[in-house]
Amino acid sequence: MQSSRHDAWVGLFVLIGGAALLFLALKAGNLLSLNFDATYQVSARFDNIGGLKPNAAVKSAGVVVGRVESISFDDKTFQAKVVINLQKATQFPKDSSAKILTSGLLGEQYIGLEPGAEEKNLASGDVIKQTQSAVVLENLIGQFINSKASDMGSANAPAAASGGKP
Amino acid sequence: MMALATRIGAGLRLALTDVGAATRLFFSLLARSPKALARFVLVREQVYYLGNRSLSIIGVSGLFVGFVLALQGYYTLQRYGSSEAVGLLVALSLVRELGPVVTALLFAGRAGTSLTAEIGLMKAGEQLTAMEMMAVDPVQRVLAPRFWGGFIAMPLLAAVFSAVGIIGGWLVAVPLIGIDAGAFWSQMQGGVSVFADVGNGVIKSLVFGVTVTFVALLQGYTCSPTPEGVSAATTRTVVLSSLAVLGLDFMLTAMMFSI
Repeated sequence: MQSSRHDAWVGLFVLIGGAALLFLALKAGNLLSLNFDATYQVSARFDNIGGLKPNAAVKSAGVVVGRVESISFDDKTFQAKVVINLQKATQFPKDSSAKILTSGLLGEQYIGLEPGAEEKNLASGDVIKQTQSAVVLENLIGQFINSKASDMGSANAPAAASGGKP
Repeated sequence: MMALATRIGAGLRLALTDVGAATRLFFSLLARSPKALARFVLVREQVYYLGNRSLSIIGVSGLFVGFVLALQGYYTLQRYGSSEAVGLLVALSLVRELGPVVTALLFAGRAGTSLTAEIGLMKAGEQLTAMEMMAVDPVQRVLAPRFWGGFIAMPLLAAVFSAVGIIGGWLVAVPLIGIDAGAFWSQMQGGVSVFADVGNGVIKSLVFGVTVTFVALLQGYTCSPTPEGVSAATTRTVVLSSLAVLGLDFMLTAMMFSI
């Protein structure tokens, strides 16, 4: 095999490039947290998942204990079916409840897992029964306007009866 | 009216001829690549000239792009009270877009021009003809090693650019502005996915490496063998490869990141 006088420098260059790629994958990316730990799969049905996305965090007491595997629509119950991978090391009672929460005002949505009190633990394939949907801003505003309107209606009923004009 | 139609027709034929010649050269380059890669010492030489020699400009540019991204990102993000996300902003913009694209543009200016000028001068000095006379295929001996050298060097340079840029962003965000280092890295690691972001960035830089190197080689190989011809070809290399990189970047981004 022929060699050239620049070989050592080329080797160094390739090493630097490889190190840069490794840095991007390990330090900037999440290759290490792409945990290859054993997980078990449970599912939960929500009336509305809001902006939840696959790979979102599942947290309990603020600690990440799993990730959302997939989200699909169930046309029997008309609910969203969310499949969750939980870490094997963390066990939760069977009657734990799942909520869709938002980190910060505009942050990412995640699933909050609240442990229940039952003796038995969730096992692979189980379904979390108690769920709470995501808060949808439009619904909140709608409720607020409705309650305001009914307040107004009871306060001055004659005004409301004549088309709302005073 | 007739003259206009004639001009358009002639222009179209010329353009078609150019595209055809470029395609022919590309495939003959690929066909001769196994033999060229067998003499890998030539490729290594080219990796040295195209890669090592570009390392300093890539590193310095990456550092400053990282600085600026962190400063500008902080300025906007602190209005929304989420200045910790500056790490994520710097990393995502570098890995997905700026790393491959800016590296390709710098690579076109630093390495592409030298390729075009070198091959153009070889052609003007009739060295390529002399090689053919000695039954040495210039595509295999001259063009293919340069092509693969660029192909190898470009993704490595883009990775160096992104990595140095992230370090530059860290330098501005953490020691200078005073953002918490833990939040800086954890936001970044939470948002950058290895395959979707880093992997697609590498694919982009590979495509750009092929594009820039091939445009440079083509312009050198097909230039008219005069001093004016070589200088015009060098200019065309920068213009065409920059435009090609930006256009391809749009298409690749639309394909990779559209959800």
